[in-house]
Amino acid sequence: MSDAEWTAILLSLRVATVAMVASLPFALGVAMLLARGRFWGKTALNGLVHMPLILPPVVTGFLLLLLFGRRGPIGAFLAENFGLVFSFRWTGAALACAVMAFPLMVRSIRLSIEAVDRKLEDAATTLGAGPLWVFFTVTLPLILPGIIAGMVLAFAKAMGEFGATITFVSNIPGETQTLSAAIYTFTQVPGGDAGAMRLTIISVIISMAALMLSELLANAAAKRTIAA
Amino acid sequence: MSLVVEARHRLGDFTVDAAFTSNGGVTALFGRSGSGKTSLINIIAGLLKPESGRVVLDGDIIADSERRIFTSVHRRRFGYVFQEARLFPHLSVASNLAYGRWFAGKSGKAADTGRVVEMLGIGHLLERNPSALSGGERQRVAIGRALLAAPRLLLMDEPLAALDEARKAEILPYLERLRDDAGIPIVYVSHSVSEVARLAQRVVVLEDGRVKASGAAADVLSAPAATVATGRREAGVLLEGVVEMHDSTHDLTTVRVGDCLLRVPKIDVADGHGLRLHIAARDVMLATVRPEGISALNVLAGRIIDLTDGENGSLDIRVDCGGATIASRITTFSRDALQLAPGKPVHVIIKSVAIDR
Repeated sequence: MSDAEWTAILLSLRVATVAMVASLPFALGVAMLLARGRFWGKTALNGLVHMPLILPPVVTGFLLLLLFGRRGPIGAFLAENFGLVFSFRWTGAALACAVMAFPLMVRSIRLSIEAVDRKLEDAATTLGAGPLWVFFTVTLPLILPGIIAGMVLAFAKAMGEFGATITFVSNIPGETQTLSAAIYTFTQVPGGDAGAMRLTIISVIISMAALMLSELLANAAAKRTIAA
Repeated sequence: MSLVVEARHRLGDFTVDAAFTSNGGVTALFGRSGSGKTSLINIIAGLLKPESGRVVLDGDIIADSERRIFTSVHRRRFGYVFQEARLFPHLSVASNLAYGRWFAGKSGKAADTGRVVEMLGIGHLLERNPSALSGGERQRVAIGRALLAAPRLLLMDEPLAALDEARKAEILPYLERLRDDAGIPIVYVSHSVSEVARLAQRVVVLEDGRVKASGAAADVLSAPAATVATGRREAGVLLEGVVEMHDSTHDLTTVRVGDCLLRVPKIDVADGHGLRLHIAARDVMLATVRPEGISALNVLAGRIIDLTDGENGSLDIRVDCGGATIASRITTFSRDALQLAPGKPVHVIIKSVAIDR
């Protein structure tokens, strides 16, 4: 395998991991709001979260470009105050992947929160646990399988994300050229089939490994939480 | 110890409007399902915030809607044993027990784990997962968990209702020990006469969200008002007695109530120990002459106090048998045939095996 191919693989893993980890706290918060919250505009928030699932990825990428680009309102603010630049950087690829994977993660976590028996939380409260303690000692352990499933789904989605990424941060080798983009590039040049094939096999292996790992983790977590 | 509870709360078209006080020991909230018992106990716990009301424990105002005081649930330190044990499924029995103790430890009032474990007989379960326990074991662990949180008051919402008779019989002695040893006031919700009769010192009868009667257990459970809670079928009297002697050859125990001696199926209580007997009115017969050649062991001479009005062809008659008042349910036909009226001497017949402890 060529250096360029290795770079694409490592970049994809990095982008997907960062996207997954960075969006987890937000996904947990939004899932909690949607599952438990009672507020005006809940339907609107739900719609907003699910938007990337329904919109064409190119549209999402373009919207990200408008908002998070150098001259976009959010992008300019973040660049000035935190030195965080997204456009044409790998961080932008991670942002695009995180946004695209967000609805999947939120959905998975939200379902597991809704399945938690609130009576157990009441019981913890009567034993002297305040709201934060209840969350960390009862709710969080019980929704762990859902969180793991959501993270794996998000990781898989991020590994495969193409449309929004290429629209937002283009296809720069070594910076924003992920696995999918690299395969696409290979197919556009004569004699690139062999390279595309190699990357495809790697892609299949990574996906299978992630899936099996998630099954193992979910089983381990579920074993500890059989309802009493 | 003194507990004052007043609450008014609307739930749909059902209104809880109840008040009671307790001076320690076990206070039973007694009533049929849907009478507002659980709502009331949830209001005490703070899980339900009433539209108006007060909860005052030993002069501490826990909640008072007029003064806008509402202590949040986790700061009340009221232990709560639910109908379903509600053990944390992701923690072992030992960790479940440690959970409440940990929060109590922060306030420096942790109870002694070893003593609680021994009292409830759960030492052999500590390493297990809640899913591997029987219903009775789970409930005992739940009681232990609540106790280890060093509660100022223990709330129990039908802790035995989800269990079969054998499991109930297994836990009741532990609850009695808890009442006698732990020194924590208990509010005990139940719809079972036998549980209330056995455990409670004070009884508050609830019907449709309102207090129908309240007072000492023997008075309330023997009064006609308790019928609304027990249902007519279970209505009867609660007698306070003292164990006189045991007959081990026939497995019988003799209990003295006032001037009468009652023989009941063997009870494992030492001589001279007090206990309560619940005698359902439907299990009691009346005779105008002393019956002979009869299998029933308890035949007591007495005098009729009063008769209730007939309902569906039957009525309850209260008879004074030398200090013990016993109720009997007979048909209106028998009343007329035997010409029963207040003041008339009769013999009360109670089968030993019909007497609940």
